[in-house]
Amino acid sequence: MSGQNLVERLSKRFGDKITGSNLEAIDPWIEVSPDGIAEVCEYLRDDAELRLNLLNCITGVDYFMADPKKAAKAGWEPHTEVVYHLSSTLNKHSLVLKVILPRWKDGVEGELPEVLSVSGVYNTANWHEREVYDLSGVRFVGHPNLRRILCPEDWVGYPLRKDYEMPLEYHGIRGR
Amino acid sequence: MATQLDDARIIEFDVRTDEMLVNMGPQHPSTHGVLRLVLRTDGEIVSEVEPHLGYLHRCAEKIGENLTPRQWIPYTDRMDYLAGTNRNLGWSLCVEKLIEHDLSEKAKHLRVIIAEMGRIASHLVGMGAYGLDLGTFSPFLYAFREREKILDLFEEACGARLTYSYLTPGGATADLPNGWLQKCSAFLDQFEPVIQEYHALLTTNAIFVKRTAAIGVMSGEMAVDYGCTGPVLRGSGVDYDLRRDGEERYTEMYDGYAFEVIVQKEGHYPKDHDYPAIPKEAVLGDCWHRFYVRMLEVVQAVDLVRQAIDRYSTASGDWGVPIKLTHKLPKGEVYLETEAPRGQMGFYLVSDGNAIPWRVRARSSCFCNLSVTSELCRGCLIADVPAIVGSLDVVMGEIDR
Repeated sequence: MSGQNLVERLSKRFGDKITGSNLEAIDPWIEVSPDGIAEVCEYLRDDAELRLNLLNCITGVDYFMADPKKAAKAGWEPHTEVVYHLSSTLNKHSLVLKVILPRWKDGVEGELPEVLSVSGVYNTANWHEREVYDLSGVRFVGHPNLRRILCPEDWVGYPLRKDYEMPLEYHGIRGR
Repeated sequence: MATQLDDARIIEFDVRTDEMLVNMGPQHPSTHGVLRLVLRTDGEIVSEVEPHLGYLHRCAEKIGENLTPRQWIPYTDRMDYLAGTNRNLGWSLCVEKLIEHDLSEKAKHLRVIIAEMGRIASHLVGMGAYGLDLGTFSPFLYAFREREKILDLFEEACGARLTYSYLTPGGATADLPNGWLQKCSAFLDQFEPVIQEYHALLTTNAIFVKRTAAIGVMSGEMAVDYGCTGPVLRGSGVDYDLRRDGEERYTEMYDGYAFEVIVQKEGHYPKDHDYPAIPKEAVLGDCWHRFYVRMLEVVQAVDLVRQAIDRYSTASGDWGVPIKLTHKLPKGEVYLETEAPRGQMGFYLVSDGNAIPWRVRARSSCFCNLSVTSELCRGCLIADVPAIVGSLDVVMGEIDR
């Protein structure tokens, strides 16, 4: 199925939950709204033609530039992306989904942006979402056990955010 | 004086058993690095396993945002320190995909030789360490005897024995030295009969079969659902190997090579080698099958290296074109997965047009493979926990990155 066909088919079925697509990129992607990701994934997994049954990876990418001069040239507004890489062990193809989120929920600093969890669709997502939460600071609504996974439980901040500052001290251990 | 009991079961009623939390690790020798498992047990039966990770977290992804792709190569080595070459290869291919750099025939065959030798070395440790997990020491020494020779070969090729940084974007850091191919062939000729020793030591060993057959059985659907890949997935009977099914940039390396995906089909593994028979106790998807797939992949890798040596010696082109450190990356984002010894290992690179990537992400195969432990260990005996975790062949450096 060509990319254009797939986008049309998904748009027809999910309406405005499919918010955009980029089919010219090296790995073409489809943008999904934060509240539609779980049902779209479920559809992609179960559809007889697609059968994207393997979730390879979930990544959080933070777009933020502290320097206002550079930010003006960057060509994007500050935001956070959650990227899903799916593939099929049966039909041997792959697909990229993206969810675009604000950096903070409702613009309030410290309130994590929210996206629906896909851990009910793919069990892989359980640990991957914990990792994205831990490092990029995205809250996955409906996740059964959203705790930090790589950093210690009492760690402050989200290290892969671009405005993260390394703590000076952690339990008496010097940071810098 | 010992008391005589008429009925041995009476003692069972006297002992009160409570649920207990048992901490396994992080220093436990059979946890493949610093993995901590918290077991909830009732007597000998495990009701819940909770893995705790992060003891080896070295912020590799954050470091990658501050280095050029060429500079990040040594960090990829240190993720999976038992198969450094395969990690180098994955990252190099990912960068080449972004800058649209095509390799010469010679560089491709060189990479096949190095990657498959890395696979042999990694599976040898996997095999030896699995023996340790199950309480037998000798296979470990046998495995390291052979691995040492591979490390010697690697040392001659690139100067390092563990963290190679040998395959880089553009090809490799150097060509193979004179006489290396002959040494490598000599090693393979010596190594191939030795594999039978491993089969005698472990694969067909009655105690080993008892400890692994029908333990930790995982169905193919469950393996895919948890994102398990590599030998763990194929041990459950799912026919999926990126060397055949992956992206073209990766599969073209193996174009024209004769190889079959190691997976059980209709009760049989591919028959092109002299393999020991599957014991009748073993069930598809259990620890024994995961181990067996790894062993067969060693045999297959030997065959692949032989083919690669033939092709390499007649191939045209250059072994590599070094890509400058300051080479500006084109804007865009790419994701590429390769078949590393422990499963599919992927790299995701987002570039904003600078020489330094905006974001790098390493998808770890063991991270997903390990996440299945809680499900597999439910209801097993405490002694089976190392058998199950060991059969997943996890390397904590790769999980924590």
